[in-house]
Amino acid sequence: MAQVSSYNLDQKFDFTASLKKSIMTVLGLGVALFAVGVITSLFGGHHDEAADASGHAYHWYHRVFANLWINNVYFTGIAVIGVFFFAIQYAAQAGWSTGILRVMLSLGNWLPIAGVLMIVTFFVASHDLFHWTHSYLFDKNDPQYDYIIDGKGAFFYWPMEKGSFPIFFIIRMIAFFGIWVFFFNKLKNLSFAEDNLSGSHDWSNIRKWSAIFLVLFAVSSSIAAWDWIMSIDTHWFSTMFGWYVFASWFVAGLSVITLITLYLKGKGYLEMVNENHIHDLGKFVFAFSIFWTYIWFSQFLLIYYANIPEESVYFVERLQSDVYSPFIFVNLALNFVLPFLVLMTRDSKRHGVFLKVVCSLIILGHWFDFFLMVQPGTLGHNGGFGLMEIGMLLIFGAAFVFVVFKSLAGKNLVAKNHPMLEESYHHHI
Amino acid sequence: MERDKNFVLGVFDDEDVLLDAVSKVRGSGVKIHEVYSPFPVHGIDDVLGYKRSRLPIAAFLFGILGTTLALVMQFYMMKIDWPMIIGGKDHAAFPDFIPVTFELTVLLAAFGMVGVFMVSSNLKPWAQPRIFDLRITDDKHVMAIDLATNASLGEEKIGDILKSSGATEVNKKSFE
Repeated sequence: MAQVSSYNLDQKFDFTASLKKSIMTVLGLGVALFAVGVITSLFGGHHDEAADASGHAYHWYHRVFANLWINNVYFTGIAVIGVFFFAIQYAAQAGWSTGILRVMLSLGNWLPIAGVLMIVTFFVASHDLFHWTHSYLFDKNDPQYDYIIDGKGAFFYWPMEKGSFPIFFIIRMIAFFGIWVFFFNKLKNLSFAEDNLSGSHDWSNIRKWSAIFLVLFAVSSSIAAWDWIMSIDTHWFSTMFGWYVFASWFVAGLSVITLITLYLKGKGYLEMVNENHIHDLGKFVFAFSIFWTYIWFSQFLLIYYANIPEESVYFVERLQSDVYSPFIFVNLALNFVLPFLVLMTRDSKRHGVFLKVVCSLIILGHWFDFFLMVQPGTLGHNGGFGLMEIGMLLIFGAAFVFVVFKSLAGKNLVAKNHPMLEESYHHHI
Repeated sequence: MERDKNFVLGVFDDEDVLLDAVSKVRGSGVKIHEVYSPFPVHGIDDVLGYKRSRLPIAAFLFGILGTTLALVMQFYMMKIDWPMIIGGKDHAAFPDFIPVTFELTVLLAAFGMVGVFMVSSNLKPWAQPRIFDLRITDDKHVMAIDLATNASLGEEKIGDILKSSGATEVNKKSFE
């Protein structure tokens, strides 16, 4: 019977100039589309006199900020899911995934960049993205004083005075990125240290750090979802929201892992990864697409059924809007109907063609999910899906892929001393 | 000679030997009736050349039946038979129907799949199982070869092929 050692385990990914060029072309295309989008909205946008007078005028850069925020949150999620899925493999002592561990881990390289972008965007765009950053909401003598937001103020401003500097919010943002980047580096160093030694010492060590990370991630990912997305609609709240955002991130992250694995296999790397491993990745994408739908629908059904105004406003804003209502159905079609029907059969999960199409569309679909979370609360009827959105998505996507491929290049693609490598190779389903 | 009556049995100790033996025996032109094992042997369905099970198709069809039944039932009850206004919603409020639809889909898909499996595997409660060798419930793998389907080779030749591919014993078994 064939052994895993009959393959070249020291294979290294060659980040060729032509590949770099194609990524740069996509980036350039994104910049061009984005620029055209900005110019059109500069000259084409109508001017709302009434809104101008109240100090809430809509400017083209609001849409830029909203786009930055959508992609920041989305790609941060994909990056941290790479580390999360890697940690899950160790905590669960999974053997099947050993050949693709490095692919999962590579997504985390985006995290430091994402952290900087997130913090900078928050400081630049706080008033335009987050209603709660206005200090008049907390001033009892101001006509615009908001009793409900005042009650929630401590969540952002503690221990400082409400309406001043959102120190608690900023500390959380820095702490979450700090934790995620710290654990990513720890796991990466341990995983690559293993290449020089055999034995299970590093494996046990990674397992310990993974378990700690998973506990911290469970809390931080949920609170990050409230902070970065749910607080946009400050009055509204949903107890499902942490899970909802996590599920969206997870499916998108799994799709990216699957696509990169298929790409590397297509180029002749990851020789020991076969259709059984691809099948398992496909099952994950299939299962968690349904999980996302379950969470999405659980949130929707309870709000729809109870029909309490303070809760249903979230869906009224989206379903009864000319701008956003079509995207609700695009969202459900791309993220539920498509993976559910296409990935149901065994063959479609074992053959790369189906997976490539479905995973690409899922990545787009979950971008629409975040688009629907962020834009209605920040831009209202001024939002939409146009050149600016496509351009920004291409820019972020190309930059993300560039960082991930650069980190994969020049290092071993397979954890060659992993104690379960042989088991992974003989994985059969 | 009648089919399904007289069998030559090759008894194997080890599943790796068994896997190789299946390929060898099939390679020498013998048609295998069935292989019995005390535990699942990975990859044996591939070497035996079994076609993919059609059970998932049955499950899918039963699932669709469940979806349809659930939607028709709820629509009939809520819209036609006894319309009531609940929470100010339309009589046929589609989102409300989804949980029940989901449950009935899963229920019928699961029950249908179990039922089809029972019938197709001859696991009817009144079915009389044929035991080729009692040791298949303990520590031996048994390859059963129907003499009637391999009449051109003859009992002795089949026995030799089994021996040469690693069988520890070759027995004969007849059923009434």
